[in-house]
Amino acid sequence: MLGGGIVKGMVETARNFLGSYTDEARLTTVEYPEERIPAKENARQFPFLVFDGADPMAGLRCVACQICEKECPPQCIYIVKDTAKKPDYTGKLQFQPKVFNIDLSVCMSCQICVEVCPFDAIKMDTEYELARTDRFGALVFDKNRLAKPNAYFHKLHPTDGAEVDGRLAAEKAKAEAKAKADAEAKLKAAAEAKAKAAAAAAAAPPVAPPPASPPAA
Amino acid sequence: MLAFLQSLLQMVWKTVTDQPSPKSLFLSHVPEEWRPLVSAFLSVLPIVMVFPMLFALTTVVERKGLGRIQNRPGPNRVGPAGFLQFAADGIKAIIKEDVVPRAADRVVHFIAPLVLVVPVLLSYSVLPFGRNLVPIDLDTGLLFFFAVGAVTELAVFMAGWSSRNKYSLLGATRAIAQMISYEIPLILSALTVVMVVGTLSLPAIAEAQGPAPGGWLCRWHFFTPWGFAGFWLFLVAACAEANRSPFDLPEGESEIIAGYYLEYSGFKFALFFLGEYLGLFAASGLGITLFLGGWHAPFAFLEGWIPGWVWFLGKLVALILLFIWVRGTLPRVRMDQLMNFAWKFMLPLTLVNMLGAGLWHFLTNPIARWGLPAVLIGGAYVVLGRGLMPRSRVGPRVYRYAD
Amino acid sequence: MNGITLILGLVTLAGALASVALRNLVHCALGLMVAFAGLAGLYLSLGAQFVGLVQVLVYIGAVGIVFIFAILLTRGGGSESGSLFSTSWAVGGGIALAVTGVMAAALLQSPSLDRGSVRAAGPTVRQVGESLMADYVIPLEVMALLLTAAAIGAIIVAMPEKGDPGAPPQPPPG
Repeated sequence: MLGGGIVKGMVETARNFLGSYTDEARLTTVEYPEERIPAKENARQFPFLVFDGADPMAGLRCVACQICEKECPPQCIYIVKDTAKKPDYTGKLQFQPKVFNIDLSVCMSCQICVEVCPFDAIKMDTEYELARTDRFGALVFDKNRLAKPNAYFHKLHPTDGAEVDGRLAAEKAKAEAKAKADAEAKLKAAAEAKAKAAAAAAAAPPVAPPPASPPAA
Repeated sequence: MLAFLQSLLQMVWKTVTDQPSPKSLFLSHVPEEWRPLVSAFLSVLPIVMVFPMLFALTTVVERKGLGRIQNRPGPNRVGPAGFLQFAADGIKAIIKEDVVPRAADRVVHFIAPLVLVVPVLLSYSVLPFGRNLVPIDLDTGLLFFFAVGAVTELAVFMAGWSSRNKYSLLGATRAIAQMISYEIPLILSALTVVMVVGTLSLPAIAEAQGPAPGGWLCRWHFFTPWGFAGFWLFLVAACAEANRSPFDLPEGESEIIAGYYLEYSGFKFALFFLGEYLGLFAASGLGITLFLGGWHAPFAFLEGWIPGWVWFLGKLVALILLFIWVRGTLPRVRMDQLMNFAWKFMLPLTLVNMLGAGLWHFLTNPIARWGLPAVLIGGAYVVLGRGLMPRSRVGPRVYRYAD
Repeated sequence: MNGITLILGLVTLAGALASVALRNLVHCALGLMVAFAGLAGLYLSLGAQFVGLVQVLVYIGAVGIVFIFAILLTRGGGSESGSLFSTSWAVGGGIALAVTGVMAAALLQSPSLDRGSVRAAGPTVRQVGESLMADYVIPLEVMALLLTAAAIGAIIVAMPEKGDPGAPPQPPPG
């Protein structure tokens, strides 16, 4: 029948029209401000800086190595190194950023900064309601606004967070074990040296004691 | 003063209840020399108020309806169930910056939307909205309607040319080609009614479709073979004439962005929008007057106690909903399909339809009178439709260069 | 002469002047359209509905669009440079004056000036139709035949010949 296709199509649209009123499941729209789709674990929007402990500035993992600044394709990160150092999670003294700014209007959410960071200090946030009323100042995020606790990172990316924490804990344990071993070795060496010196002194008092210089821990 | 108010109320009451000469008593309170002006004003005011309001509501209903067809809720934020969306859109259109391209022809660019809207509003002046509700009872009403509608092409050209934009000009040439092509089937399908009724006056055509003496059904032209075919032909042609989906090639967002009103913003854009919809309403109103009995009820027992303008408005709303439904269903046609459809299907079919109307007019035997035009038009429909279909060139795909 | 006639006359005159005096050809065409519309208004105000409406339908709706397309397809709508006045303006003016004089003389001698007031409106649409379909049906049919022949001829001229390398590609089936 000529024109039958049109009638068939009209019937189909009519079914959809009526069905959307009777069957709520048909409506795929999520009424945004009231309801929203929970973010996927691997969603990414804008970077933030992870800190450990209670004090954001003291616990910042960032060591101002500036790798992310150099790798950032749109060049939206700006870092100034601080001359003062602070200990990192293993207790080792590291640099820290004096200024760490990310420009929201430039960032393209590529996550390359996260990929290149050797210290797991920068991660991606899933927050997308980032609109501001001020076009200039409000779109530049400084390190106070960027710093988020590790718990927040865990909440957003549980798998990634567990993996990172495990790795960091392992590194810390390794470092501690090494420090302990080193300390023990030092102690042992010192004891040996002492014993040797005592023996030597007993055997030949005029001989000078060997220099007690164990390798630096 | 009291008598004046009373006459005003009586005018409204007479208008609402379809009584003859509603304005006469009120005009007797107006000074002699002002009467023509006041009378004209009283005729114009309802048109200018009712139809833009209908346009505003149509935009909301259309967006909600299309949304539902696509399983979306549609606009539902402004006002109850989103029905005040048109107010938000209107305010936005008014306060938006009016951008005129630097290279544009400023004068023509400014005039074009007015040239579009004013003739469309003029075309309402001959439509009979109710039993005694026709602004101008012109002997040549139908001719007036089409003459005024012809100016639209000029407005479209002015808009497309003055914008100095290749997409605008392309859209304008497309629109004009389409309008010229579909104006012929539009007028020819309307002519069948003129042939049978024998007048160009639209109130007389509406009057002729009243209930038959002693019959239970009204003599709408839609209930005759030529009228049935003519109505659908008229509707398709009117749809194309109003650049409406599925014939909205002049807009063609995917290839020419928005066509001839690409370089318009703010209120001028809103005027184009208004003009397009008002044109569609006017064409629907003409279709109602010509084929769907105008302000007559479908059945004789409904005639008289329900005012005519209710029927007219009801049919108009039904046609608008049909247009929305079609828009939600059919995809846009291609340019060559559009032209083939106009010249190889619509035009021959309207000519055959005129022949059918002639047979209807001259035959007296009821079986021949019904059967002959029906067979003629149906046969032409099948033959022409087959001719329009693509030759069976569908086969396994041949890759010319890949092998 | 009442106010409406005066206004319509002025509009017609302004459109006509614009159509010869403006530089941009598209503006000239649009000015011509204004003149057509003014003329149609004059016809309508004189009670000649059919002529007035056909003036709009044919001259603005068809002839004007053809003008505009011709301008677009030939010159691209650009402005002309050079003087607005032709070098032979004196001859043209003389001819125009002579034509005006002849027409004025003919009008002044015409008996239609004698009538006191405006008569009833001219032939109605019904009368026009009846005379077309009864008295002048053969000329009408001949004209229709001529137009059909012209249309067929135009199609044949525009039709691409088979094997013509310059022919536009055939549209895909569908």
